[in-house]
Amino acid sequence: MSTLAVEVWRGGAQGAFQSFEVPRHPSQTVLDVVTYIQRSLDATLAYRFACRVGMCGSCAMSVNGVPRWTCRTHVDKVARENKLVIAPLRNLPVIRDLVTDMRGFFDKWARAKGSFAGTKTRRDDFARVAPDSADRRKADAGIECIGCGVCYSACDVVAWNPEYLGPAALNRAWTLVKDERDAATIERLRAVAGDAGCHACHTHMSCTERCPMGLSPTAAISGLKRAVLGSVLKGEL
Amino acid sequence: MSAKAQSLLWIAQRASAALLALCVIVHLVTIIYAVQGGLSAAEIFGRTRGNVAWFVFYSIFVLGVAVHAPIGLRSVFIEWLGWRGKSRDGVLLVFSVTLLAMGMRAVLALFA
Repeated sequence: MSTLAVEVWRGGAQGAFQSFEVPRHPSQTVLDVVTYIQRSLDATLAYRFACRVGMCGSCAMSVNGVPRWTCRTHVDKVARENKLVIAPLRNLPVIRDLVTDMRGFFDKWARAKGSFAGTKTRRDDFARVAPDSADRRKADAGIECIGCGVCYSACDVVAWNPEYLGPAALNRAWTLVKDERDAATIERLRAVAGDAGCHACHTHMSCTERCPMGLSPTAAISGLKRAVLGSVLKGEL
Repeated sequence: MSAKAQSLLWIAQRASAALLALCVIVHLVTIIYAVQGGLSAAEIFGRTRGNVAWFVFYSIFVLGVAVHAPIGLRSVFIEWLGWRGKSRDGVLLVFSVTLLAMGMRAVLALFA
């Protein structure tokens, strides 16, 4: 049986790669490889996963230097010369081995005012949003984000400027700016403008390249730049 | 610095970039046109001395540079050095004024 040479990060911020030999199987995913190591070779390996089918986003790791959902990544697709290097997601503090601390990532969603601010109560009628309206379509384009952190890990600007809110938080803010029921647009634009927000983006498009959902946070960030420009010109910001 | 001020800086940088794109094209085309058959200081002065149109054009060019470059450096300082705050903005203001002064000195020398 052929085997795969796997290097896995062990430790926290300080640590080293540990080598494992893992049997190759057809249709094997990177998550299968990590699970094999934890169940059969070293039970102390820490990693996260839940759904195994690309719905929860918790199994994101760096695979040969690229952030990916390990559950949806076939070894065939990424192994180079039968080798894999598996590390925790970049741009997030490492708790242990392949597990990162996602708090900073989600704190930035809060800082980008990523929660819906409605005006209606449960006694009001449903809001009716035309499915084909321009704003609804723009919100739809970004709304399927599951918060896996792949884009955040792929982003060089986050690496250079730790204050930067990052693609996921800005994408979330954009979907709310385009939500006609939301009443906090100006506060949100104020929160996402400037050096730590949408204006820090270099349009490298790594987030868009890596997003496993096929979303384009780059387009969302461009939308925020335009929205901020409009609100500055109108004197609202 | 407020979100509005940071947004205005971004707008100023984008607007000056658009301006500079035009200025650079005019500048390059002029250079290529001017060097046909050799280039001399006398020839340049002959074109620019007392010419208000060139004076206005290069004044706008210099102004664009003095606005654009320091705002770009601001991001470079954040990303490369983690340098934020008033000390950085003060240095960049001095840099901007220096660019403006040196540029206008050259423009005036060509005009007057």
